[in-house]
Amino acid sequence: MALIELQGIERTFQLGDASVHALTALDLRIEAGEYVAVMGPSGSGKSTLLNLLGLLDRPNAGTYRLEGRDITTLSPDEQARVRSQRIGFVFQSFHLVPRLTAAENIALPMTLAGIPQKERNARVARALVNFGLDKRADHRPDQLSGGQRQRVAIARATIMQPALILADEPTGNLDRHTGEEVVNLLEALNASGVTLVVVTHDQGMGARARRQLVMEDGRLKHDSATPHNAPR
Amino acid sequence: MRLADTLRFARDAAAGYPMRTTLSVIAMSIGVAAVVILTALGDGARRYVVGQFSSIGTNLVIVLPGRSGTGGFNPANAITTTPRDLTIDDAGALRRAPAVRRAAPLAVGTSEISFGGRLREVMVAGSTAEFLPIRNFELAQGQGLPEEDWNRGSAVAVIGNTIRTEMFGNTPAIGQLIRVGDRRLRVVGVLKSVGQGLGMNTDELVIVPVALAQAMFNSNTLFRVLVEAKSRSAIPEAKEQVMEILKQRHRGEEDITVITQDAVLATFDKLLGALTLGVAGIAAISLAVAGILVMNVMLVAVTQRTGEIGLLKALGAPARTIRLAFLAEAAMLSTVGALVGYLLGQAGAFGLRQTFPVFPAYPPDWAVIAALSTALITGLLFGVMPARRAARLDPVQALMKH
Ligand SMILES: Nc1ncnc2c1ncn2[C@@H]1O[C@H](COP(=O)(O)OP(=O)(O)O)[C@@H](O)[C@H]1O
Ligand SMILES: [Mg+2]
Repeated sequence: MALIELQGIERTFQLGDASVHALTALDLRIEAGEYVAVMGPSGSGKSTLLNLLGLLDRPNAGTYRLEGRDITTLSPDEQARVRSQRIGFVFQSFHLVPRLTAAENIALPMTLAGIPQKERNARVARALVNFGLDKRADHRPDQLSGGQRQRVAIARATIMQPALILADEPTGNLDRHTGEEVVNLLEALNASGVTLVVVTHDQGMGARARRQLVMEDGRLKHDSATPHNAPR
Repeated sequence: MRLADTLRFARDAAAGYPMRTTLSVIAMSIGVAAVVILTALGDGARRYVVGQFSSIGTNLVIVLPGRSGTGGFNPANAITTTPRDLTIDDAGALRRAPAVRRAAPLAVGTSEISFGGRLREVMVAGSTAEFLPIRNFELAQGQGLPEEDWNRGSAVAVIGNTIRTEMFGNTPAIGQLIRVGDRRLRVVGVLKSVGQGLGMNTDELVIVPVALAQAMFNSNTLFRVLVEAKSRSAIPEAKEQVMEILKQRHRGEEDITVITQDAVLATFDKLLGALTLGVAGIAAISLAVAGILVMNVMLVAVTQRTGEIGLLKALGAPARTIRLAFLAEAAMLSTVGALVGYLLGQAGAFGLRQTFPVFPAYPPDWAVIAALSTALITGLLFGVMPARRAARLDPVQALMKH
């Protein structure tokens, strides 16, 4: 059983009279534990794909199975539960809550899930050490550097021990060096068994993934996992 | 999300946006404070006037010479009869009516009072011993007018407190001889100071026996007869008996007017009720304005935070959690706003009472309750409604508004 199975996914946006086909006839399988880079020109549908995978958005047509379960028919609250338990998101612009400290931001998914304070504290303390943030626990996002912010975001994405981590241009707002650090972190997570899907512009970074997807005009143009360099 | 976490999250959110938190608390507290103070003013005015009227006496029935009131001027009457005057004997006769407890004649005029070279003009009221209890006047020193034949009039006077200070300063007044008009009168009593009341100011009044006053003013007529009914329920009866007795004494002519304190009070109460309603209207408008302010602040706040709602959804928060968090926050803001407003309003009313001690500026309970509940409800409603809407968006739509 594949972790992710997309079949005939369509996503169109209505812009006035015109409809934009952000994703067209998309089929895709990703196995548990894979490390996948999604590349392609701007506007080719990479973010739309990632949002669909993360249940932040719904397709207009097609089916999406996550761990064998048809996700598209779930109610909003059931989808929220799947997001909470199985999926971690890392955004290009971090999306930290500005009024909360690093520790509180990392704990937020657990707080929302109703996990008791004691367990939260233990897990956050471990995460702070693991991500080299133990000196920054009480700092607010505006007191952190970009790299530190993204590390907080990654710690937050992993704190619920999800099966799948989705990162949309996680290094897009970082300089080369800190970007490298962040990618190393994500790869270490993947090495521990978490499935990793990263959207990136950076050819070098994309090449580090074991599998590359290239998008164009809402279609999957190239998938390194299929032998003939063409979508099935 | 756990309750404690929801509350902490809401508190941090409120504290995290000090500008809008302050704005909505200010808007709400001004609205509530305005209602509390304005209704305290309106209701205070009502209480003040009712209190003044009640202090005139208890169960009063007042007899005026001449026919007036609803009948209007009657030309036939004017030609055939001259209205008879009210006399001391008329007043005396009223004491025999079964529903009447006491009656006191009243003749008034102005005169000059002098003592030890000090001289001033005063209002003189001619009456009897029962005048003081009927009007609920209290004595500070000495005693009231003596019980005696109403037509005799001993040479004594009861004076108001201002007169006492002006004439005697710190020296004792009781037993002193003063000159009022061309008479020499002995001061037997001093009235307790009551400040400015309705009608005559008793602090500047000199009360003398009625026969003496009539002789001084050279007249046989009375200004009023004050009658006290045996009880509140006996007032209509007393009124009828008074009319009947005087009609007989005046050869069948109904040439007097009888008004009851009750009727006057009722009219005033209605008037002042309207005043309070008007004030309540103003208060309601200020509340509505505050409500709209709160609504706008909340709307802007939630719009600003749609991105945050999207993030919470992306992190796996169900819609219910988000609604609860915003409900808790709105509840905190509205409660603080309502409370601050209530305290401000009570402080304002207290200040009013301190500045004008005679004015009982207490906000009525209904106004306080209406103000608090309106503030709470608008705050909650407009804090939660936009949050509900945002919570229904797809996470990505909400996130993009970050
Ligand atoms: N919310 C939206 N409304 C309208 N059009 C959208 C929306 N989101 C994405 N699109 C369009 O869909 C296409 C794919 O966008 P996106 O997935 O963001 O591309 P990428 O991430 O590869 O740059 C683009 O043409 C974009 O304009
Ligand atoms: Mg994108």
